[in-house]
Amino acid sequence: MKTIICFSILLYTTQFSFSQKYTLEKSTITFYSDAPVEDIKAENSKAASLLNMTTGDIVFSIPIEEFEFEKDLMKKHFNEKYLETEKYPKATFQGKIIGFKTEVSGEQETSAKGKLTMHGVTKEIEVQGIIDMTNNKPRIKANFKIRIADYNIKIPQLLWKNIAEEVDVKVEFNYKP
Amino acid sequence: MKSILLSNLLFIAICAFGQDDLMKELEGAQKPETTYVASTFKGSRLVNGQTVETKGKGELEFIFSHRFGAISSGSYNLFGLDQAFVRLGLEYGLTDNIGIGLGRNSYDKTIDGYVRYKLLRQSSGAHNMPVTVTAFLNGAIKTSPEKLDPGLVSADRLSYTGQLLIARKFSSKLSLQLMPTLIHRNAVDKRIDDNDLIAIGAGGRYKITRSIALTSEYYYRVGVKNGNLNKNSIGFGVDIETGGHIFQLVMTNAQGITERAFIGETVGDFFAGDIHLGFNVTRTFQLKKRK
Repeated sequence: MKTIICFSILLYTTQFSFSQKYTLEKSTITFYSDAPVEDIKAENSKAASLLNMTTGDIVFSIPIEEFEFEKDLMKKHFNEKYLETEKYPKATFQGKIIGFKTEVSGEQETSAKGKLTMHGVTKEIEVQGIIDMTNNKPRIKANFKIRIADYNIKIPQLLWKNIAEEVDVKVEFNYKP
Repeated sequence: MKSILLSNLLFIAICAFGQDDLMKELEGAQKPETTYVASTFKGSRLVNGQTVETKGKGELEFIFSHRFGAISSGSYNLFGLDQAFVRLGLEYGLTDNIGIGLGRNSYDKTIDGYVRYKLLRQSSGAHNMPVTVTAFLNGAIKTSPEKLDPGLVSADRLSYTGQLLIARKFSSKLSLQLMPTLIHRNAVDKRIDDNDLIAIGAGGRYKITRSIALTSEYYYRVGVKNGNLNKNSIGFGVDIETGGHIFQLVMTNAQGITERAFIGETVGDFFAGDIHLGFNVTRTFQLKKRK
């Protein structure tokens, strides 16, 4: 009995000390599409994410419906015609942060590698970004491009001047322990 | 004893590193959400009548509708294309759920104004609601020369419509709608009509591609008096959506485009060839930015 309790205490404490998990405090995901006729911008602050700094594992999940646009019609078309939100309500990422150095303080450049799933399509991606561990509150910033054709999102020919083939995505995650 | 072992096992399981587990943990921590159904129909009109759809806040929709003469009027009238009635209309979203509209139809020179209010939104998840329900209220006045309606004054030429639009999006392709309707006309020919007319409408849409849908609509008038030769209105259409525009090409036995006219005063017999081609074209403008 004693050994089991001892083992339990050991187990819990070691796990806690080794696994530094962080949950999301605040997040912004923005994407821009610059096309000849129309610039489209949307923002989402409803993402969920977990970060494990011990292993470098990072996951996040973005509810597609929560992207807010300037125009209501853009949001409607985005959800109904392009992302098919009723069928694929979330975009997710499961990956690992590579090249993080614990001895460096302040901002440092790293990259994240993993699987991005959206519109029912999973792709392996690698993204350059900046991570900052100041005050044990990790902040992650990244800018990258997504080719919408890679995710089987089809733009009618009539609208190719309105929607860019590649959209710029900007991600900002602030975590807390 | 057992419980300690069990909790240890559980803890080990939870702490087992790996992205899949982290993902599961993330999903497990999320609250049950409510998913609201959007875009039950493409436009605010099904064929002649209304849909449950409301404009978003700050959106202005310009609606241009057109009904040609009957195909059965023959080659002399180029199968109806020689004559046409037009309705020009505007609708504005005060909020995402409340819209107001104004229009003028050349049929009887009718001016109409309306309010629509989305009472319920179809949703699933934490909050489950099987249908979207919108209330629609309008008032319309004929402004054609009064001598056409001898003995009537302006107030007699007013009519009011109240509708409950009840729709369900069964799949991303199929949406169906029921429209119980009450139309009050201040003056009618008492031999063939009552002031109040009750009608039940039913209709739906089926998307054949993500930008094109087929629509249909039928209004059944309840308790029609003997001797009233008007017909129930029926219509079929194709919705084509391109960016900010929706083109609706329609075939219907009605020529009026306000509720009093097409529900209560349709004279054409669809199956005898009294078919009017027509279209509704809408253009949406965002007047106030959402952010």
